[in-house]
Amino acid sequence: VTAFAVSRTRGHLLFERNLMVYRRTWLTLISGFFEPIFYLFSLGLGLGHFIGDVHGVSYAAYIAPALLASSAMNGAVYDGMTNVFWKLRYGKVYDAMLATPMGPTDVAVGETAWAQFRGLLYATGFVITVAALGLVESWWGVLALPAAVVVGFGFAGMAIGTSTFIRSWQDFDTVQLVQLPMFLFRHLLPALGVSAGDPVARALLAALPRDDARPLVHDRHGRAGEPRERRLPAGPRPLRDVARPAANGRASAHLARGSSPWAIVDSNHGPPPYQSGALTN
Amino acid sequence: MDLALRSFEYWAYSYRRVWRASIATGILAATAMQIGTFESSYPIMAAIRWTRQFHAMLATPLRVRDLIVGHQLYVACRLAVVGGIYLVILAVFGVLHSPLAILALPSVVLVGLAYSGPVSAVSAWLERDEGFNALFRFGVIPMFLFSGTFFPVTRLPHPFREIAYATPLWNGVDLTRQFTLGTATLSRSLAHTAYLLLWIAAGHVLAHRTFRRRLVT
Repeated sequence: VTAFAVSRTRGHLLFERNLMVYRRTWLTLISGFFEPIFYLFSLGLGLGHFIGDVHGVSYAAYIAPALLASSAMNGAVYDGMTNVFWKLRYGKVYDAMLATPMGPTDVAVGETAWAQFRGLLYATGFVITVAALGLVESWWGVLALPAAVVVGFGFAGMAIGTSTFIRSWQDFDTVQLVQLPMFLFRHLLPALGVSAGDPVARALLAALPRDDARPLVHDRHGRAGEPRERRLPAGPRPLRDVARPAANGRASAHLARGSSPWAIVDSNHGPPPYQSGALTN
Repeated sequence: MDLALRSFEYWAYSYRRVWRASIATGILAATAMQIGTFESSYPIMAAIRWTRQFHAMLATPLRVRDLIVGHQLYVACRLAVVGGIYLVILAVFGVLHSPLAILALPSVVLVGLAYSGPVSAVSAWLERDEGFNALFRFGVIPMFLFSGTFFPVTRLPHPFREIAYATPLWNGVDLTRQFTLGTATLSRSLAHTAYLLLWIAAGHVLAHRTFRRRLVT
């Protein structure tokens, strides 16, 4: 669709302009590639040690597609929001462009195409890294790339549209307020079950639009067959947990012995409960 | 069987509580780092280069030292407000295990200032704002993810472990976590505090040097 739209408009001129600009600030472009990699190492390989397997695969393999979709989202939103806002309001780049035969549609198409190109660049690098780490289990993993592009396309359009409504830099905090929960709750936390059991969090999860993105990307990795209920296991019920002060006391007693707070997490107390299925939340 | 099951449940419950508390306080300290870094990055560069507020201020009886101290005070206020709100939320969620948790508030301010000082020196030194992208991507985000916030530093392989121990964030995370979990020991808390104060002092000296070079000479 984008190729068609680009071929019909002058959007490719803006694409070319962005390419030339980023030739000088390539570090900015390249550095975005490292962000999901850092997250993969920290959450997947660091935190994942304490989580064990999720639905039969390692936690790193489990969150890798989620990080791919998230990096597509973040890339599209940063590019479509901050950069477009700056060019629109301060750089006056588009004002200059409209003095040429280019029109507003060309600007929109060109910026969307650029945001998607950037997203595809990051997604490709990420998939290659993930494959090198042995976290991709099927050749269908290649199809995660177009899936990430589709995710990026959705968010790029939304971001560029929103950036025209933004009045000042302070309004970006509002955008963060929407973007950050999507990043955190939609993909990463359900596996931990940090909040999936709370009714509020459940309602929040149901309301977030990215529900479609994860199965899309996970499907490409060939393991999204489970029903939704199994992927989002029921969490702790707040009332039942509050009614157990004794457990709290036990935790404090453990800490009072001067142990490291992580020791209780580490696996020197027999098999971790989360692997036995008794505590999948 | 029932007893075994119950003790297992208690274990699992307390395990989850401590884990949640550890990560929650880790994120508290990491947020302080991000606020301290951000507030001294673009705003400082803007005040020196774009809006030139600092030039205007120096035309009054204010000196370079006042600019630096004033900005750090503002950052400290912001950190205290955010940290206070965050601690209240943590208390509501029941992840504060000790009355010592009140001391987490000053330690959060210390963590933020330990970053704010050196970063404001860097902002005055940088020629263009592209450097901030690299600073955030290769400095702030790796520290956020690997400095004991989400998992213990001992999980890291060797050269990286020592680097993590040297970051102010790890010291800040450990300091804050000791207070919220109630595991604090005097010597360890003092060591962390001294290390953070060292960073604050070094940042102040460096900032004074780069500010003078940028604004006065």
